[in-house]
Amino acid sequence: MDMNQYLEVFIEESKEHLQTASEQLLVLEKNPEDLSIVNEIFRSAHTLKGMSATMGYEDLANLTHKMENVLDAIRNSQIILTPEVFDVIFLAVDDLEAMVMSIAEGGDGKRDVSKVVHQLDLIEKGESPVTSSAAEVAAASAVLDKEEMNEGEYDEFEWTVLQQSKEQGFNSFEIAIELRADCLLKAARVFMVFEVLEKAGEVIKSHPPVELLEEEQFDQQFSVTMITKESSEELQKKIMKVSEVDTVVIHSLDLEVARHANVEEDKIAELDNKGQEKNNDMLPSDVKEKKKQPSVKPASSKTIRVNIERLDILMNLFEELVIDRGRLDQISNDLGNQELHETVERMSRITSDLQTIVLNMRMVPVETVFNRFPKMVRQLARDLNKKVELEITGAETELDRTVIDEIGDPLVHLLRNAMDHGIETPEERLAKGKNEEGKIHLKAYHSGNHVFIEIDDDGAGIKKERVLNKALTNGIITRETAATLTDKQIYELIFASGFSTAETISDVSGRGVGLDVVKNTIESLGGSVTIDSKEDEGSIFLIQLPLTLSIISVMLVAIQDEKYAIPLSSIIETAIIKKEDIMNAHNQQVIDFRGKVLPLLFLKDIFEVPISQAEEEFLSVVIVRKGDKLAGLVVDSFIGQLEVVLKSLGNYLTSAFAISGATILGDGQVALIIDCNTLIH
Amino acid sequence: MSQEMKVIVFKIKDKEYAIPVDKVSGIEKLLHITRVPKAVQFVKGVINLRGVITPIIDLRVRFGFEEVEYDDSTRVIIVMLDDMEVGLIVDSANDVLDIPVSSIEPQPEVVGHSASEYISGVAKIEKRLLVLINLEKALSLEVTENMLKEG
Repeated sequence: MDMNQYLEVFIEESKEHLQTASEQLLVLEKNPEDLSIVNEIFRSAHTLKGMSATMGYEDLANLTHKMENVLDAIRNSQIILTPEVFDVIFLAVDDLEAMVMSIAEGGDGKRDVSKVVHQLDLIEKGESPVTSSAAEVAAASAVLDKEEMNEGEYDEFEWTVLQQSKEQGFNSFEIAIELRADCLLKAARVFMVFEVLEKAGEVIKSHPPVELLEEEQFDQQFSVTMITKESSEELQKKIMKVSEVDTVVIHSLDLEVARHANVEEDKIAELDNKGQEKNNDMLPSDVKEKKKQPSVKPASSKTIRVNIERLDILMNLFEELVIDRGRLDQISNDLGNQELHETVERMSRITSDLQTIVLNMRMVPVETVFNRFPKMVRQLARDLNKKVELEITGAETELDRTVIDEIGDPLVHLLRNAMDHGIETPEERLAKGKNEEGKIHLKAYHSGNHVFIEIDDDGAGIKKERVLNKALTNGIITRETAATLTDKQIYELIFASGFSTAETISDVSGRGVGLDVVKNTIESLGGSVTIDSKEDEGSIFLIQLPLTLSIISVMLVAIQDEKYAIPLSSIIETAIIKKEDIMNAHNQQVIDFRGKVLPLLFLKDIFEVPISQAEEEFLSVVIVRKGDKLAGLVVDSFIGQLEVVLKSLGNYLTSAFAISGATILGDGQVALIIDCNTLIH
Repeated sequence: MSQEMKVIVFKIKDKEYAIPVDKVSGIEKLLHITRVPKAVQFVKGVINLRGVITPIIDLRVRFGFEEVEYDDSTRVIIVMLDDMEVGLIVDSANDVLDIPVSSIEPQPEVVGHSASEYISGVAKIEKRLLVLINLEKALSLEVTENMLKEG
């Protein structure tokens, strides 16, 4: 069977299921006791497994299968969720995503996942470093860190026993016993030791487990945890009576301290407070309250998937219709027929409604970009040893598909920046009297014809002095200008190319890509980005974006018999200048524009436009900008401002000089759109 | 067994050329061409082809003939080639022919004729001589640069 026709659907649906899995995992991490979330993840994994097996992607199916097994064990409470288990599942989802992406890019979806599979296997067999409640996390890591035999792992049941026996006046001891190196019958010694211990009290746990001890599967050393009414001295003497025992070390097990230590060593920010509560009481009411409607499934709206290319075709046909409408309008005006006139007018209204609908079909909620951030922030927080909460609002805000595709990378960059340079370490935050956990607020909203995206952190803010010093040493500004800059202008210096305030290059944001790339990307989308900041209180990055890239506002100009469109986003203003005001500076014609010397670019020369009209005494100039550089584009006349549909020049003319695209005017003719960025050097 | 090939026949400078019909997506009358500054010489510009911006190549210029004024018989043949839609300006186009594959011969060696490198063969049908065009080469921007250098 030819699977290609299903490939697209497969990829789309796989991405959706993986997204659901990541989202639900994050929710689950905050509400580890809510097994209905596990079910949700399980369902996604299960569907994905089925789909990938049908499509013949074995690796994908295998890894999903492993993950599914673990999830199944979790929902049946055979495995209890620990941060480590979460990490492994997240890794598995990452790998699955990479595989799906590889398939989407035409690859075979193969990937070396042996490590993750191995880890999943371990978890499934219960052999992971940690097997049960959060209380063990610390204990387990302590065992790993210190290699101490006397710290065991306790599950819920054992904890309860330890706790209750303490309340009843029993002592809890961890006893490390070392047999002599020349001990021949280790199992027999162990048996004798256990006999002694069981007379004195009750053994709760041993390390290694009793089965292994009986099979002599240990070196010279083993440890037990027991409750007894006897004192440690008495115990020690009794054990030492067993022959071939070398040393006996007895620790009193302090439940309070152990529990406290667990919490401190818990590296996961999200689990931090709740972990403590969890040990005291499995389901304290306030934890329940903290759940943010965990199992409310978003109502699935009735939608169909449409390939964006089809929408493009629809749009093209529609433009044809609009052009014909224009002609009909003209004809009906000329003929002056009332009936025709009314019909044409009705048609005009319908077409404008249709236009709105067609445009709206291309709108996608920013959610599609935002939803990959929580996972990223979680991972970064772990990598940086910071505690960060990401809050997202306005994810339903809609943007044109073309903008959505471009905006992801700049946002990732700004978020990384906020995590790395903005949010301080928990210690620093506490020292500053702030909440230990930093907060990043990602917000999207509409305003007029624009969409705004805000990234707001309550971190360290931008240190003006440091920015200024850096800009001075890097030669971005001079000492004279430095004195005149406003705070905002100083902050904006961090967008200058070759600027980085990071003292040490970190793995996160010191990748040689500066914020200037972010600024350029956003500006190439016809948007802008500004910063506001207060030292020690945080920073706000505000991105303004046009609603759509397919429709842009342009100024239509005439150069001899040709028409060109200049994007309004590049235009500062227009001016009419006298010929004699033009000055010459190094073979470059310039004008004085409000005290600033502007180079003049004669478009008819640059574009080699055939000359058909005589030159006039006055020149029409469009003042355009690229970053902070200005230039005057000399044209023959201004036609006016209009909204046009942006089109590409196609695959054949990929690199037309200083032209960013084309548009179709009302008369059906093509007008080229001038790319001001390549004209200004 | 005589296999046949359907071709679109068009004229440039009184010679007849042919393109396989499966590469052609339409024949249009000449529409308003918008010049693209600094494009290679034979790219006359772009047109609005039912909402799609389509580049236009003047085959006369491409083949190294002199340019002529466009008139009523001038046609644009829209061809599709690897995702690219390109219009070819020809003097006239008015025939669709079935030619037996056996009638196609490799083109005779002609030295010094710049058009020769875009020709994949010739076919003699009764008294007509059809020149089959190798579209890949005719549209290639690289070959042209070489040609311009040599010229």
